Amino acid sequence: MDTTLLRIENLSKTFATVKANDNISLEVNKGEVVALLGENGAGKSTLVKSVFGLVKPDSGTITIKGEVIEAGDTAAAIRHGIGMVHQHFQLVPVMSVAENIILGDEPHKGAFISYAEARESVKELSDKFGLDIDPDAIVEDLPVGLQQRVEILKALRKNVDLLILDEPTAVLTPQEIEELLQVIRNLSSQGVGIIFITHKLREVLAVADRIVVLRNGKSVGTATPKESTESSLAQLMIGREVIFRLDKKEAKPGAVVLEIDDLYVKDDRKLMSVNGLSLSLHAGEILGVAGVEGNGQRELVEALTGMRPTVKGSFSILGEVAIGKNPHAIHTMGVSHVPEDREKDGLIATLSIDENLVLNQYKNPPFAKGWIRNIAAVNSYAAKMIEKFDVRTPSGKYPINSLSGGNKQKVVIAREMSQDSKIIIASQPTRGIDIGSIEFIHNQLLASRDSGVAVLLVSAELDEILSISDRIAVMYGGKIVAILDPHDVDRTQIGRLMAGATQ
Amino acid sequence: MKLKVTRDVLVPIASVLVALAIGAILIASQGHSPMTAYHVLIVKGFQSTAGLQSTLSKAGILIMSGLAITIGLRAGLFNIGAQGQVLSGALAFTYVGYRLHGLPIWIHLPVALVVGAAFGALVGGFAGFLKATRGVHEVISTIMLNSIMAGVVDYLTQNQFRLQGQPNTRTPEILHSARLPHIFGYPSGFLIAVLLAFFVSWVLKKTTTGFEFESVGRNRNAAWYAGISVKKTIVLGMLVSGAIAGFTGAIFSSETTGYFVPAFYSGIGFDGITVALLGRANPKALIPGAIFIGGMRSAQSAIQFEAGVAPDIINLLLALVLFFATAPFLAKLLKSNAKSITTTSGWGS
Amino acid sequence: MLNTIKSFNFKSWKFLLSVATVALWIYCYSANMDITNSVVASGMRFGMPLALASMVGIMCERSGVINIGIEGTMLLSGFTGFYVASYSKNIVIGLVIAILTGVLTSFVHAMMTIKWGMDQIIAGTIINILASGLTSFLYREGSTVPNTWPIFDIPVLSKIPLLGASLFSQLGPIQLFGMFLIPAIWVMMNKTRWGLRTRSVGENPGAADTAGINVIRMRMTNVMIGGAIGGLVGGFICLELVGSFSKDFTAGTGFTALALMIFGRWNPLGAFAAAILFGLAQALATQLQIFGVNNVPNQFITILPYVFTILVLAFSAGKVRPPAAAGKPYEKEQS
Repeated sequence: MDTTLLRIENLSKTFATVKANDNISLEVNKGEVVALLGENGAGKSTLVKSVFGLVKPDSGTITIKGEVIEAGDTAAAIRHGIGMVHQHFQLVPVMSVAENIILGDEPHKGAFISYAEARESVKELSDKFGLDIDPDAIVEDLPVGLQQRVEILKALRKNVDLLILDEPTAVLTPQEIEELLQVIRNLSSQGVGIIFITHKLREVLAVADRIVVLRNGKSVGTATPKESTESSLAQLMIGREVIFRLDKKEAKPGAVVLEIDDLYVKDDRKLMSVNGLSLSLHAGEILGVAGVEGNGQRELVEALTGMRPTVKGSFSILGEVAIGKNPHAIHTMGVSHVPEDREKDGLIATLSIDENLVLNQYKNPPFAKGWIRNIAAVNSYAAKMIEKFDVRTPSGKYPINSLSGGNKQKVVIAREMSQDSKIIIASQPTRGIDIGSIEFIHNQLLASRDSGVAVLLVSAELDEILSISDRIAVMYGGKIVAILDPHDVDRTQIGRLMAGATQ
Repeated sequence: MKLKVTRDVLVPIASVLVALAIGAILIASQGHSPMTAYHVLIVKGFQSTAGLQSTLSKAGILIMSGLAITIGLRAGLFNIGAQGQVLSGALAFTYVGYRLHGLPIWIHLPVALVVGAAFGALVGGFAGFLKATRGVHEVISTIMLNSIMAGVVDYLTQNQFRLQGQPNTRTPEILHSARLPHIFGYPSGFLIAVLLAFFVSWVLKKTTTGFEFESVGRNRNAAWYAGISVKKTIVLGMLVSGAIAGFTGAIFSSETTGYFVPAFYSGIGFDGITVALLGRANPKALIPGAIFIGGMRSAQSAIQFEAGVAPDIINLLLALVLFFATAPFLAKLLKSNAKSITTTSGWGS
Repeated sequence: MLNTIKSFNFKSWKFLLSVATVALWIYCYSANMDITNSVVASGMRFGMPLALASMVGIMCERSGVINIGIEGTMLLSGFTGFYVASYSKNIVIGLVIAILTGVLTSFVHAMMTIKWGMDQIIAGTIINILASGLTSFLYREGSTVPNTWPIFDIPVLSKIPLLGASLFSQLGPIQLFGMFLIPAIWVMMNKTRWGLRTRSVGENPGAADTAGINVIRMRMTNVMIGGAIGGLVGGFICLELVGSFSKDFTAGTGFTALALMIFGRWNPLGAFAAAILFGLAQALATQLQIFGVNNVPNQFITILPYVFTILVLAFSAGKVRPPAAAGKPYEKEQS
């Protein structure tokens, strides 16, 4: 009997000029967990989106249980028993859990939705898979871990044969990740085939039956966890031997340059998100803020950089109280800011690379003299930056949108690290970029720290925090719950703290 | 800004041709000759000296009202109600123009023009203030202010500002010291408008204010990150847009009408929208479109007298040109993949 | 005391306004029953087209499309409805044509915004300019509507003391239809599968798409249903309320309707209540004009609705949350 569940044959997809998928073939058997491994931009997401009908491939066929499914048709994919949990949750925040789960296949009497039946079916599902949730809760009020649970339930309700999980662990605590891996094992033992996308090697080795590695849109190899090590997989993924050449000397911390005292900040929904946080940052150190996303890190960074008003408490920069100042004033005090969401906050997509390189200095000499801007000065400065920070572009006149994620981030880094700042606040500085750029950015941060700059590094990647921080502050529920030394700390301890356990 | 042949030349020309073809069918369906009508259009709009003078005069006005809309669009604001600002500026100019006696032209004219611009700015700036502080979308507030200003100027023209002893409701005549001089028989308003277009283009490209407008118009979050006050820029954007609209009304009164009757000004603000959209919100690129529309407008009455076609045909033709030039419909047929322009989109404040 | 002032929030402001309105009404009713009834009835007559026009906005925006082309839709449908009724000597055919015109106009709008991803505010503006150009060119004076609509009393409700005579008697068919349609839209939005899907498409089209809902089709359909309602309103104004077509008769109604939609928080019943309040204010102003309140100039009474619209928005716009995806075209293929 044929146990092949999914068969992808010679699938290709090109976006504009980028070959996202280049002639990829792949099989998944019943009850098998296949890990799709690859760097950001390797084409993992595009491949699974093609399977789920969210992207229409240029060529190639997708067969499930022997039947060819129509390309670019989500409804058909769902009919064929394919479910998907997206990296960015596909939930309607203002609706209830039950409404989100039934969406698209609502229990009904005539045209009317039967809410009693909906609640019942949600309860049934959560009992069956041990994923407890309140069907009447409004999704936007739930923590991220529970929102993911809604996503998984949504997929499971459709009696899936194949479940696709796109970077499901990015937003979870180590403990939550453990639970999720358990759920995956459960599902596969019930015969569900699973495609699990990640770039975290540890998880791959823990849960996969088979590992497929993508690089630059091509399938470059298959492996099993037994015959692989983290470094063999990394080499396959990157295409060269990886030596993490971090040039990390001993830190020489100096005076306190940023002092936060009992700070309170509200989020977009007017809920208190930073809850009486105190912290001090020294010159010449990298202080890593570890924590699961949504514990107030974003609001903290936005408050410290003047982008978000504070409610109570205060903070001072180089001894000067900085509460209530706008981004321009704080920038002038010597604070650089690498924002979490570079597309939304850090760059203006349709402006040129040159303009973006001076975005927050457009008024300063030599880029402007009074009211009049000096475009020639902007261009020649930008040319130097493009060279120095190795931004891959034929010219700075192109819109920033023409660059890849890693190169866009280099533009932000170039701008923020070339301004003689005393403090660099970097939020998720390596999110969504290739390993080469990550290495580059880490070395830049270390170089700044060695020259006496204070770096506040906020990151959801524990590995990043562990590898370059001099001190680690664990943030939970809007507070710093522990300050740790990276030399004598283990992952499980940090993981427990990130999940709210007391020390 | 590079010229793209398909987008900047072929699509507009094709739009005009398609609009004229549809117009011809509609004219014929009403029992008139489209050939006669279009002949009148060309002769009266673009051939005779008188026609050309009137065309350039109207084109000047349209360039300016188009600039008012354009500068708003660049800051992410759609000043759809420039008409109210035109009226406000025109009436204020007229009042100063007939009220202040005994001044030399080089004082009286500039003062009156500045007052006109200031009153336009007042109306536009109020909409900007409502948007920045109360989150009221400028599309709705400026439309409402149009009707409000129409009521206010109507009241003032019928009462305080009325020239008594006249059968028609109108203001007194603007003094000669506030009338724009002609240069070799051609209206100087057109020259002022072209200079203004170059100036606006320069401001947008070369000044910090221009950079602030562009940044806020393209990405408000990033603008705020870059240290730009988004609220101030919104208010300033609407103030400047309103000032240009008010200035437009003032120039029109000074050069053409000579006194104020509300009906004289109808359509200036709305044609400005067409001009701005046809010029893809580019201050210099809108000039050819403004001249074209100016020609159509100056042939408007002749088309009724000499071809018997209702003058509203011009409104229809312009609407069709705008539709075909902006909807990516002809552009797709001609294989241009240029993105259409965007406003702020959405009700978010 | 300070706390009481602070808690004097928007909701209680709205509540007090309704109490004051009812109190004023009872007072007026006891003072002069006939005039009060006629003011309330004409308030309903003014308010209903606005309420229906804001339903156009709700249908479009709940599904994620901003429609500022309501003006144009009403203008075109009023035009075709009126002239078809006039030539065919049949107002029912006229109304049907008006509705079809509305659907067709909104189809063009939907193509521009949904299929081609044009800026929605510019697309709406183009619809308005196109409608104004077409109708003013094709306009002919001197046509009339052949006959008038029958007038109904609602059997039981019209006998209710105080309310019955003004609210539920002597209603035209479209008034009646509106009273049925608006609650129906509310039920549809909040209780049915169609409504859930519409809202999901307007809040997070990506989520809807992954649930197998065809975002484009959902939006197209909702916008065209909105267009049908817009056509109905246009026809209603020309065939029933005014009884003739005049150039640019909409005069900002479509924009006021959008303001009322925002004020009513995209809720059909909220927008309806706001529209009726608006209609009453207008009826009251008209009544004052009839009474010849000489020291208030005519023009200032005419601009009252526009001032009121701005005020309504100034008090509500920043405080409400529009459908999250309204104004944003949905592009399926994002890498």
